[in-house]
Amino acid sequence: MTTEKTMEPLWWGLFSAGGVVAAFLVPIHIILVGFAVPLGWTTDTGALYHIWWVKLYLFVLIVLPLYHWAHRFYFTLNDMGLKAISKLLAVLCYGGAIVGTFATAWILLKI
Amino acid sequence: MSAVRPDPSKLYHRKMPATWWLTNWSYFLFMLRELSSVFIAVFLVVYLCQIYQLSQGPDAYNAFTQKLSSLGWILFHLVALLFALYHSITWFQSSAVVLPLRIGERLISRSIVTALHVGAWAVVSVIVVVLFLALKS
Amino acid sequence: MAEPTITLNVTRYRPDKDRAPTTQTYVVPYREDWVVLDALNHIKDQMDGTLSYRWSCRMGVCGSCGMMVNGTPKLTCAAFLRDYYPQAIRVEPLVNFPIIRDLVIDMTDFMDKLKSVKPWIIRKEEKPVSEGEYLQTPAELEAFHQFTQCINCMLCYAACPVYGLEPKFLGPAAIALGYRYNMDSRDQGKDQREIIGNHDGIWDCTFVGECSVVCPKHVDPAAAIQRSKVDTTKNWFQSILMPWGQR
Repeated sequence: MTTEKTMEPLWWGLFSAGGVVAAFLVPIHIILVGFAVPLGWTTDTGALYHIWWVKLYLFVLIVLPLYHWAHRFYFTLNDMGLKAISKLLAVLCYGGAIVGTFATAWILLKI
Repeated sequence: MSAVRPDPSKLYHRKMPATWWLTNWSYFLFMLRELSSVFIAVFLVVYLCQIYQLSQGPDAYNAFTQKLSSLGWILFHLVALLFALYHSITWFQSSAVVLPLRIGERLISRSIVTALHVGAWAVVSVIVVVLFLALKS
Repeated sequence: MAEPTITLNVTRYRPDKDRAPTTQTYVVPYREDWVVLDALNHIKDQMDGTLSYRWSCRMGVCGSCGMMVNGTPKLTCAAFLRDYYPQAIRVEPLVNFPIIRDLVIDMTDFMDKLKSVKPWIIRKEEKPVSEGEYLQTPAELEAFHQFTQCINCMLCYAACPVYGLEPKFLGPAAIALGYRYNMDSRDQGKDQREIIGNHDGIWDCTFVGECSVVCPKHVDPAAAIQRSKVDTTKNWFQSILMPWGQR
Protein backbone atom coordinates (compact mmCIF):
# COMPACT_ATOMS: atom_id res chain seq x y z
CA MET A 1 0.00 0.00 0.00
CA THR A 2 1.57 3.26 -1.04
CA THR A 3 -0.84 5.62 0.67
CA GLU A 4 1.84 6.73 3.11
CA LYS A 5 2.16 9.74 0.84
CA THR A 6 -1.05 11.12 2.21
CA MET A 7 -2.25 11.32 5.81
CA GLU A 8 -5.86 11.60 4.62
CA PRO A 9 -6.83 8.09 5.82
CA LEU A 10 -5.95 9.16 9.38
CA TRP A 11 -8.17 12.24 9.28
CA TRP A 12 -10.95 10.44 7.46
CA GLY A 13 -10.78 7.56 9.95
CA LEU A 14 -11.13 10.03 12.85
CA PHE A 15 -13.87 11.87 10.95
CA SER A 16 -15.77 8.61 10.54
CA ALA A 17 -15.37 7.53 14.15
CA GLY A 18 -16.48 10.99 15.27
CA GLY A 19 -19.46 10.80 12.95
CA VAL A 20 -20.59 7.49 14.43
CA VAL A 21 -20.24 8.80 18.01
CA ALA A 22 -22.06 12.02 17.15
CA ALA A 23 -24.85 10.23 15.29
CA PHE A 24 -25.63 7.74 18.08
CA LEU A 25 -24.92 9.78 21.20
CA VAL A 26 -25.13 13.54 20.70
CA PRO A 27 -28.91 13.98 20.34
CA ILE A 28 -29.72 12.35 23.69
CA HIS A 29 -26.97 14.32 25.44
CA ILE A 30 -28.33 17.57 24.02
CA ILE A 31 -31.70 16.62 25.51
CA LEU A 32 -30.13 15.86 28.90
CA VAL A 33 -27.77 18.85 29.10
CA GLY A 34 -29.84 21.41 27.21
CA PHE A 35 -33.37 20.59 28.38
CA ALA A 36 -33.80 17.87 31.03
CA VAL A 37 -31.69 19.44 33.78
CA PRO A 38 -32.10 23.18 33.03
CA LEU A 39 -35.87 22.84 32.71
CA GLY A 40 -36.10 20.79 35.88
CA TRP A 41 -37.28 17.47 34.41
CA THR A 42 -34.55 15.95 36.61
CA THR A 43 -31.80 17.13 38.94
CA ASP A 44 -28.07 16.71 38.58
CA THR A 45 -25.15 17.62 40.86
CA GLY A 46 -22.52 16.47 38.38
CA ALA A 47 -21.39 13.77 40.82
CA LEU A 48 -21.41 11.07 38.12
CA TYR A 49 -18.62 12.84 36.25
CA HIS A 50 -16.19 11.77 38.97
CA ILE A 51 -16.59 8.07 38.05
CA TRP A 52 -13.54 6.94 36.08
CA TRP A 53 -15.32 5.11 33.30
CA VAL A 54 -17.80 7.97 32.90
CA LYS A 55 -14.75 10.21 32.31
CA LEU A 56 -13.51 7.76 29.68
CA TYR A 57 -16.92 7.79 28.01
CA LEU A 58 -17.00 11.60 28.07
CA PHE A 59 -13.52 11.75 26.54
CA VAL A 60 -14.71 9.67 23.58
CA LEU A 61 -18.05 11.54 23.37
CA ILE A 62 -16.44 14.98 23.25
CA VAL A 63 -13.13 14.40 21.43
CA LEU A 64 -14.06 12.19 18.47
CA PRO A 65 -16.83 14.50 17.15
CA LEU A 66 -14.30 17.36 17.32
CA TYR A 67 -12.25 15.54 14.67
CA HIS A 68 -15.47 14.94 12.76
CA TRP A 69 -16.13 18.72 12.84
CA ALA A 70 -12.52 19.59 11.94
CA HIS A 71 -12.46 17.43 8.79
CA ARG A 72 -15.95 18.38 7.63
CA PHE A 73 -15.57 22.11 8.34
CA TYR A 74 -12.14 22.22 6.65
CA PHE A 75 -13.65 20.83 3.44
CA THR A 76 -16.72 23.08 3.74
CA LEU A 77 -14.65 26.24 4.07
CA ASN A 78 -12.58 25.19 1.05
CA ASP A 79 -15.76 24.54 -0.95
CA MET A 80 -17.19 27.94 0.03
CA GLY A 81 -14.36 29.75 -1.70
CA LEU A 82 -11.53 29.91 0.85
CA LYS A 83 -9.25 27.52 -1.01
CA ALA A 84 -6.53 30.19 -1.19
CA ILE A 85 -5.91 29.92 2.57
CA SER A 86 -6.28 26.14 2.63
CA LYS A 87 -3.15 25.53 4.73
CA LEU A 88 -4.22 28.08 7.37
CA LEU A 89 -7.68 26.50 7.51
CA ALA A 90 -6.10 23.07 8.05
CA VAL A 91 -4.09 24.39 10.99
CA LEU A 92 -7.13 26.08 12.52
CA CYS A 93 -9.45 23.10 12.09
CA TYR A 94 -7.28 20.09 12.83
CA GLY A 95 -5.25 22.16 15.28
CA GLY A 96 -8.46 23.15 17.02
CA ALA A 97 -9.45 19.50 17.39
CA ILE A 98 -6.03 18.63 18.80
CA VAL A 99 -6.22 21.51 21.28
CA GLY A 100 -9.71 20.31 22.22
CA THR A 101 -8.33 16.81 22.80
CA PHE A 102 -5.77 18.06 25.33
CA ALA A 103 -8.23 20.47 26.94
CA THR A 104 -10.78 17.69 27.41
CA ALA A 105 -8.22 15.33 28.91
CA TRP A 106 -6.93 18.06 31.24
CA ILE A 107 -10.41 19.02 32.43
CA LEU A 108 -11.55 15.42 32.98
CA LEU A 109 -8.42 14.73 35.02
CA LYS A 110 -8.85 17.98 36.98
CA ILE A 111 -12.44 17.48 38.19
CA MET B 1 -4.49 7.99 -35.52
CA SER B 2 -3.60 10.64 -32.93
CA ALA B 3 -6.37 12.39 -30.99
CA VAL B 4 -7.33 15.85 -32.22
CA ARG B 5 -7.68 18.14 -29.22
CA PRO B 6 -9.74 21.32 -29.33
CA ASP B 7 -7.90 24.64 -29.53
CA PRO B 8 -7.60 25.67 -25.87
CA SER B 9 -7.63 29.37 -26.67
CA LYS B 10 -11.13 29.14 -28.14
CA LEU B 11 -12.70 27.15 -25.27
CA TYR B 12 -15.15 29.00 -23.03
CA HIS B 13 -14.73 28.31 -19.31
CA ARG B 14 -17.77 28.91 -17.12
CA LYS B 15 -16.81 29.92 -13.60
CA MET B 16 -18.53 28.17 -10.69
CA PRO B 17 -20.12 30.86 -8.46
CA ALA B 18 -19.23 31.00 -4.74
CA THR B 19 -22.95 30.66 -4.07
CA TRP B 20 -23.09 27.34 -5.94
CA TRP B 21 -24.65 25.67 -2.90
CA LEU B 22 -27.65 27.99 -3.09
CA THR B 23 -28.45 27.11 -6.70
CA ASN B 24 -30.33 23.93 -5.99
CA TRP B 25 -32.12 22.14 -3.19
CA SER B 26 -29.80 19.09 -3.07
CA TYR B 27 -26.70 21.23 -2.74
CA PHE B 28 -28.38 23.32 -0.02
CA LEU B 29 -29.34 20.24 2.02
CA PHE B 30 -25.78 18.99 1.58
CA MET B 31 -24.43 22.24 3.04
CA LEU B 32 -26.86 22.03 5.98
CA ARG B 33 -25.60 18.51 6.65
CA GLU B 34 -22.01 19.73 6.65
CA LEU B 35 -22.84 22.67 8.94
CA SER B 36 -24.49 20.32 11.45
CA SER B 37 -20.95 19.40 12.53
CA VAL B 38 -20.45 22.98 13.75
CA PHE B 39 -23.48 22.88 16.04
CA ILE B 40 -22.46 19.47 17.36
CA ALA B 41 -18.95 20.76 18.13
CA VAL B 42 -20.26 23.95 19.81
CA PHE B 43 -22.65 21.93 21.98
CA LEU B 44 -19.83 19.60 23.09
CA VAL B 45 -17.66 22.58 23.99
CA VAL B 46 -20.53 24.03 26.06
CA TYR B 47 -20.91 20.63 27.75
CA LEU B 48 -17.18 20.55 28.45
CA CYS B 49 -17.41 24.02 29.99
CA GLN B 50 -20.19 22.81 32.26
CA ILE B 51 -18.11 19.79 33.33
CA TYR B 52 -15.15 22.12 33.98
CA GLN B 53 -17.28 24.03 36.52
CA LEU B 54 -17.10 20.99 38.80
CA SER B 55 -13.45 21.83 39.43
CA GLN B 56 -14.58 25.25 40.64
CA GLY B 57 -17.00 23.89 43.24
CA PRO B 58 -20.66 22.82 43.35
CA ASP B 59 -21.98 26.41 43.34
CA ALA B 60 -20.18 27.11 40.07
CA TYR B 61 -21.71 23.99 38.52
CA ASN B 62 -25.23 24.92 39.64
CA ALA B 63 -24.81 28.51 38.47
CA PHE B 64 -23.82 27.26 35.02
CA THR B 65 -26.81 24.93 34.88
CA GLN B 66 -29.01 27.91 35.84
CA LYS B 67 -27.61 29.91 32.91
CA LEU B 68 -28.56 27.09 30.57
CA SER B 69 -32.22 27.58 31.46
CA SER B 70 -32.27 31.04 29.87
CA LEU B 71 -34.27 31.48 26.66
CA GLY B 72 -31.17 32.07 24.55
CA TRP B 73 -29.56 28.81 25.58
CA ILE B 74 -32.80 26.85 25.22
CA LEU B 75 -33.12 28.14 21.66
CA PHE B 76 -29.50 27.28 20.93
CA HIS B 77 -30.00 23.73 22.17
CA LEU B 78 -33.19 23.40 20.15
CA VAL B 79 -31.36 24.39 16.96
CA ALA B 80 -28.42 22.17 17.91
CA LEU B 81 -30.75 19.23 18.50
CA LEU B 82 -32.39 19.66 15.09
CA PHE B 83 -28.99 19.78 13.40
CA ALA B 84 -27.76 16.79 15.46
CA LEU B 85 -30.80 14.74 14.43
CA TYR B 86 -30.22 15.75 10.80
CA HIS B 87 -26.63 14.56 11.13
CA SER B 88 -27.82 11.27 12.63
CA ILE B 89 -30.37 10.45 9.94
CA THR B 90 -28.05 11.41 7.05
CA TRP B 91 -25.21 9.46 8.68
CA PHE B 92 -27.37 6.35 8.98
CA GLN B 93 -28.44 6.71 5.33
CA SER B 94 -24.79 7.08 4.30
CA SER B 95 -23.83 4.01 6.34
CA ALA B 96 -26.36 1.97 4.39
CA VAL B 97 -24.63 3.03 1.15
CA VAL B 98 -21.12 2.34 2.40
CA LEU B 99 -21.69 -1.01 4.06
CA PRO B 100 -23.75 -3.42 1.97
CA LEU B 101 -25.21 -5.93 4.44
CA ARG B 102 -26.21 -9.42 3.47
CA ILE B 103 -28.33 -12.20 4.91
CA GLY B 104 -26.75 -15.25 3.28
CA GLU B 105 -26.76 -14.30 -0.40
CA ARG B 106 -29.47 -11.64 -0.33
CA LEU B 107 -28.57 -7.96 -0.07
CA ILE B 108 -30.57 -6.10 2.60
CA SER B 109 -32.30 -3.01 1.20
CA ARG B 110 -30.84 0.37 2.12
CA SER B 111 -34.03 1.60 3.79
CA ILE B 112 -34.01 -1.42 6.10
CA VAL B 113 -30.35 -0.89 6.99
CA THR B 114 -31.14 2.77 7.77
CA ALA B 115 -34.14 1.72 9.88
CA LEU B 116 -31.93 -0.74 11.82
CA HIS B 117 -29.52 2.11 12.56
CA VAL B 118 -32.39 4.30 13.80
CA GLY B 119 -33.54 1.43 16.01
CA ALA B 120 -30.05 1.03 17.44
CA TRP B 121 -29.89 4.79 18.04
CA ALA B 122 -33.17 4.66 19.99
CA VAL B 123 -31.92 1.76 22.13
CA VAL B 124 -28.59 3.49 22.82
CA SER B 125 -30.38 6.71 23.77
CA VAL B 126 -32.59 4.87 26.27
CA ILE B 127 -29.52 3.18 27.78
CA VAL B 128 -27.81 6.56 28.20
CA VAL B 129 -30.85 8.00 29.99
CA VAL B 130 -31.15 4.96 32.28
CA LEU B 131 -27.44 5.12 33.16
CA PHE B 132 -27.65 8.87 33.74
CA LEU B 133 -30.61 8.54 36.10
CA ALA B 134 -28.98 5.62 37.93
CA LEU B 135 -25.58 7.28 38.37
CA LYS B 136 -26.39 10.95 38.90
CA SER B 137 -26.86 10.78 42.64
CA MET C 1 -56.66 24.27 -34.63
CA ALA C 2 -53.09 25.49 -34.14
CA GLU C 3 -50.51 22.79 -33.46
CA PRO C 4 -49.25 22.89 -29.83
CA THR C 5 -45.71 24.19 -29.46
CA ILE C 6 -43.05 24.36 -26.77
CA THR C 7 -40.21 26.85 -26.34
CA LEU C 8 -36.56 25.81 -26.04
CA ASN C 9 -33.97 28.32 -24.79
CA VAL C 10 -30.71 26.94 -26.10
CA THR C 11 -27.14 28.04 -25.42
CA ARG C 12 -25.24 29.23 -28.47
CA TYR C 13 -21.48 29.80 -28.55
CA ARG C 14 -19.55 30.32 -31.77
CA PRO C 15 -15.85 30.53 -30.83
CA ASP C 16 -14.93 32.49 -33.96
CA LYS C 17 -17.66 35.11 -33.42
CA ASP C 18 -18.78 35.18 -29.75
CA ARG C 19 -16.93 36.45 -26.69
CA ALA C 20 -19.35 34.59 -24.41
CA PRO C 21 -22.28 32.19 -24.73
CA THR C 22 -25.75 33.59 -25.50
CA THR C 23 -29.22 32.08 -25.49
CA GLN C 24 -31.27 31.49 -28.60
CA THR C 25 -34.99 30.82 -28.41
CA TYR C 26 -36.65 28.24 -30.65
CA VAL C 27 -40.36 27.39 -30.77
CA VAL C 28 -40.78 23.76 -31.81
CA PRO C 29 -43.83 21.52 -32.27
CA TYR C 30 -44.88 19.81 -29.08
CA ARG C 31 -45.34 16.04 -29.47
CA GLU C 32 -46.36 13.82 -26.58
CA ASP C 33 -43.71 11.22 -27.39
CA TRP C 34 -40.83 13.57 -28.15
CA VAL C 35 -37.74 13.91 -26.04
CA VAL C 36 -35.51 17.01 -25.90
CA LEU C 37 -33.19 15.34 -28.43
CA ASP C 38 -36.09 15.07 -30.90
CA ALA C 39 -36.70 18.80 -30.46
CA LEU C 40 -32.99 19.57 -31.05
CA ASN C 41 -32.98 17.37 -34.17
CA HIS C 42 -36.09 19.19 -35.40
CA ILE C 43 -34.31 22.54 -34.87
CA LYS C 44 -31.24 21.35 -36.73
CA ASP C 45 -33.15 19.72 -39.60
CA GLN C 46 -35.91 22.30 -40.11
CA MET C 47 -34.99 25.58 -38.46
CA ASP C 48 -31.30 26.23 -37.81
CA GLY C 49 -28.68 23.92 -39.25
CA THR C 50 -25.89 25.78 -37.43
CA LEU C 51 -26.81 24.35 -34.00
CA SER C 52 -24.12 21.89 -32.81
CA TYR C 53 -24.60 19.08 -30.29
CA ARG C 54 -23.58 15.46 -29.72
CA TRP C 55 -25.95 12.51 -30.01
CA SER C 56 -25.98 8.98 -31.37
CA CYS C 57 -28.08 6.04 -30.23
CA ARG C 58 -31.06 8.08 -28.93
CA MET C 59 -31.89 5.26 -26.55
CA GLY C 60 -29.74 5.84 -23.48
CA VAL C 61 -26.80 3.49 -24.10
CA CYS C 62 -24.15 5.53 -25.89
CA GLY C 63 -23.74 8.38 -23.41
CA SER C 64 -23.33 11.05 -26.13
CA CYS C 65 -26.29 13.38 -25.59
CA GLY C 66 -25.72 14.61 -22.03
CA MET C 67 -26.73 18.26 -21.49
CA MET C 68 -28.22 20.50 -18.77
CA VAL C 69 -32.00 20.47 -19.07
CA ASN C 70 -33.50 23.17 -16.80
CA GLY C 71 -30.30 23.09 -14.78
CA THR C 72 -30.17 19.32 -14.26
CA PRO C 73 -27.69 17.07 -16.08
CA LYS C 74 -29.71 14.69 -18.25
CA LEU C 75 -29.47 12.51 -21.33
CA THR C 76 -31.54 14.54 -23.80
CA CYS C 77 -32.77 11.28 -25.33
CA ALA C 78 -34.34 10.46 -21.97
CA ALA C 79 -35.84 13.87 -21.12
CA PHE C 80 -39.44 13.92 -22.30
CA LEU C 81 -40.98 17.23 -23.45
CA ARG C 82 -44.21 16.24 -21.71
CA ASP C 83 -42.46 16.42 -18.32
CA TYR C 84 -41.80 20.14 -18.88
CA TYR C 85 -44.71 21.25 -21.09
CA PRO C 86 -46.09 23.89 -21.21
CA GLN C 87 -43.11 25.62 -19.51
CA ALA C 88 -40.11 26.59 -21.60
CA ILE C 89 -37.09 24.30 -21.48
CA ARG C 90 -33.57 25.63 -20.94
CA VAL C 91 -30.95 23.52 -22.73
CA GLU C 92 -27.30 24.22 -21.85
CA PRO C 93 -24.00 22.38 -22.29
CA LEU C 94 -22.93 20.12 -19.39
CA VAL C 95 -21.51 22.30 -16.62
CA ASN C 96 -17.99 21.90 -15.25
CA PHE C 97 -16.63 21.35 -18.76
CA PRO C 98 -15.28 24.01 -21.14
CA ILE C 99 -17.55 24.77 -24.10
CA ILE C 100 -16.16 24.09 -27.58
CA ARG C 101 -19.24 25.26 -29.48
CA ASP C 102 -22.97 25.60 -28.71
CA LEU C 103 -23.88 22.48 -26.69
CA VAL C 104 -20.60 20.63 -27.33
CA ILE C 105 -18.15 20.43 -24.41
CA ASP C 106 -14.48 19.51 -24.24
CA MET C 107 -14.20 16.04 -22.72
CA THR C 108 -10.40 15.73 -22.91
CA ASP C 109 -9.97 15.91 -19.13
CA PHE C 110 -12.58 13.20 -18.63
CA MET C 111 -10.91 10.86 -21.13
CA ASP C 112 -7.49 11.42 -19.54
CA LYS C 113 -8.90 10.61 -16.12
CA LEU C 114 -10.53 7.38 -17.30
CA LYS C 115 -7.18 6.24 -18.64
CA SER C 116 -5.33 7.22 -15.49
CA VAL C 117 -7.02 4.52 -13.36
CA LYS C 118 -5.66 1.76 -15.67
CA PRO C 119 -9.06 0.32 -16.58
CA TRP C 120 -7.93 -3.18 -17.60
CA ILE C 121 -7.23 -6.47 -15.85
CA ILE C 122 -3.75 -6.32 -14.35
CA ARG C 123 -2.20 -9.65 -13.40
CA LYS C 124 0.91 -10.29 -11.30
CA GLU C 125 1.11 -13.62 -13.09
CA GLU C 126 -0.64 -14.32 -16.36
CA LYS C 127 -2.41 -17.63 -16.66
CA PRO C 128 -1.30 -19.48 -19.81
CA VAL C 129 -4.07 -20.07 -22.34
CA SER C 130 -3.66 -23.83 -21.89
CA GLU C 131 -4.90 -23.50 -18.32
CA GLY C 132 -8.24 -22.18 -19.53
CA GLU C 133 -10.36 -19.19 -18.62
CA TYR C 134 -10.45 -17.25 -15.37
CA LEU C 135 -13.54 -18.58 -13.61
CA GLN C 136 -15.86 -16.44 -11.53
CA THR C 137 -18.74 -17.37 -9.28
CA PRO C 138 -21.99 -15.37 -9.57
CA ALA C 139 -21.11 -13.74 -6.23
CA GLU C 140 -17.70 -12.64 -7.54
CA LEU C 141 -19.38 -11.14 -10.59
CA GLU C 142 -21.97 -9.38 -8.46
CA ALA C 143 -19.21 -7.70 -6.46
CA PHE C 144 -18.32 -5.42 -9.39
CA HIS C 145 -21.02 -5.87 -12.04
CA GLN C 146 -23.01 -2.72 -11.30
CA PHE C 147 -19.85 -0.62 -11.79
CA THR C 148 -19.36 -1.99 -15.32
CA GLN C 149 -22.56 -0.30 -16.50
CA CYS C 150 -21.06 3.18 -16.95
CA ILE C 151 -21.72 4.66 -20.41
CA ASN C 152 -19.28 7.54 -19.94
CA CYS C 153 -22.01 10.16 -20.30
CA MET C 154 -20.34 12.57 -17.84
CA LEU C 155 -23.60 13.58 -16.13
CA CYS C 156 -21.93 12.71 -12.81
CA TYR C 157 -19.12 15.21 -13.45
CA ALA C 158 -21.70 17.91 -14.23
CA ALA C 159 -23.55 17.09 -11.00
CA CYS C 160 -20.43 17.07 -8.81
CA PRO C 161 -19.73 20.43 -7.12
CA VAL C 162 -16.31 19.17 -6.01
CA TYR C 163 -15.27 18.68 -9.65
CA GLY C 164 -16.69 22.10 -10.43
CA LEU C 165 -14.54 23.67 -7.73
CA GLU C 166 -11.43 21.51 -8.27
CA PRO C 167 -10.82 20.40 -11.87
CA LYS C 168 -7.98 18.15 -10.70
CA PHE C 169 -10.46 15.88 -8.89
CA LEU C 170 -10.45 12.40 -10.48
CA GLY C 171 -14.24 12.38 -10.40
CA PRO C 172 -17.05 9.86 -9.95
CA ALA C 173 -16.91 7.86 -13.21
CA ALA C 174 -13.12 7.43 -13.18
CA ILE C 175 -13.07 6.30 -9.55
CA ALA C 176 -16.04 3.96 -10.09
CA LEU C 177 -14.18 2.53 -13.08
CA GLY C 178 -11.04 1.96 -11.01
CA TYR C 179 -13.17 0.40 -8.27
CA ARG C 180 -14.74 -1.90 -10.89
CA TYR C 181 -11.30 -3.33 -11.63
CA ASN C 182 -10.17 -3.42 -8.00
CA MET C 183 -13.27 -5.45 -7.12
CA ASP C 184 -12.88 -7.85 -10.08
CA SER C 185 -11.58 -11.16 -8.72
CA ARG C 186 -9.50 -11.64 -11.87
CA ASP C 187 -7.59 -8.40 -11.22
CA GLN C 188 -4.36 -8.22 -9.18
CA GLY C 189 -3.47 -4.60 -9.88
CA LYS C 190 -4.91 -2.61 -6.95
CA ASP C 191 -1.49 -1.28 -5.94
CA GLN C 192 -1.03 0.12 -9.44
CA ARG C 193 -4.16 2.21 -9.14
CA GLU C 194 -2.72 4.38 -6.37
CA ILE C 195 -4.00 7.49 -8.14
CA ILE C 196 -7.36 6.63 -6.61
CA GLY C 197 -5.97 6.81 -3.06
CA ASN C 198 -3.92 9.95 -3.57
CA HIS C 199 -4.87 13.61 -3.18
CA ASP C 200 -7.43 14.55 -5.84
CA GLY C 201 -8.55 10.92 -5.83
CA ILE C 202 -11.19 9.70 -3.39
CA TRP C 203 -10.10 12.17 -0.68
CA ASP C 204 -11.48 15.22 -2.49
CA CYS C 205 -14.96 13.72 -2.41
CA THR C 206 -17.29 14.99 0.32
CA PHE C 207 -20.12 12.55 -0.48
CA VAL C 208 -22.56 15.10 -1.83
CA GLY C 209 -24.09 12.10 -3.59
CA GLU C 210 -25.48 13.95 -6.61
CA CYS C 211 -23.39 11.85 -8.98
CA SER C 212 -25.39 8.74 -8.11
CA VAL C 213 -28.67 10.65 -8.26
CA VAL C 214 -28.13 11.75 -11.89
CA CYS C 215 -26.54 8.53 -13.19
CA PRO C 216 -28.85 7.12 -15.89
CA LYS C 217 -27.45 3.58 -15.49
CA HIS C 218 -27.60 3.35 -11.69
CA VAL C 219 -23.87 2.76 -11.40
CA ASP C 220 -23.81 4.49 -7.99
CA PRO C 221 -20.33 6.02 -8.20
CA ALA C 222 -20.84 7.61 -4.77
CA ALA C 223 -20.98 4.12 -3.23
CA ALA C 224 -17.82 3.11 -5.10
CA ILE C 225 -15.98 6.14 -3.74
CA GLN C 226 -17.11 5.76 -0.12
CA ARG C 227 -16.32 2.03 -0.11
CA SER C 228 -12.89 2.85 -1.54
CA LYS C 229 -12.38 5.28 1.35
CA VAL C 230 -13.24 2.55 3.89
CA ASP C 231 -10.93 0.06 2.13
CA THR C 232 -8.04 2.48 1.84
CA THR C 233 -8.41 3.63 5.45
CA LYS C 234 -8.55 0.04 6.76
CA ASN C 235 -5.37 -0.80 4.83
CA TRP C 236 -3.66 2.38 6.00
CA PHE C 237 -4.35 1.67 9.69
CA GLN C 238 -3.30 -1.96 9.21
CA SER C 239 -0.03 -0.90 7.60
CA ILE C 240 0.64 1.50 10.50
CA LEU C 241 -0.39 -0.80 13.34
CA MET C 242 0.75 -4.12 11.86
CA PRO C 243 3.52 -3.31 9.36
CA TRP C 244 4.82 -6.85 9.36
CA GLY C 245 1.71 -8.24 7.68
CA GLN C 246 2.37 -6.52 4.34
CA ARG C 247 1.72 -8.49 1.17
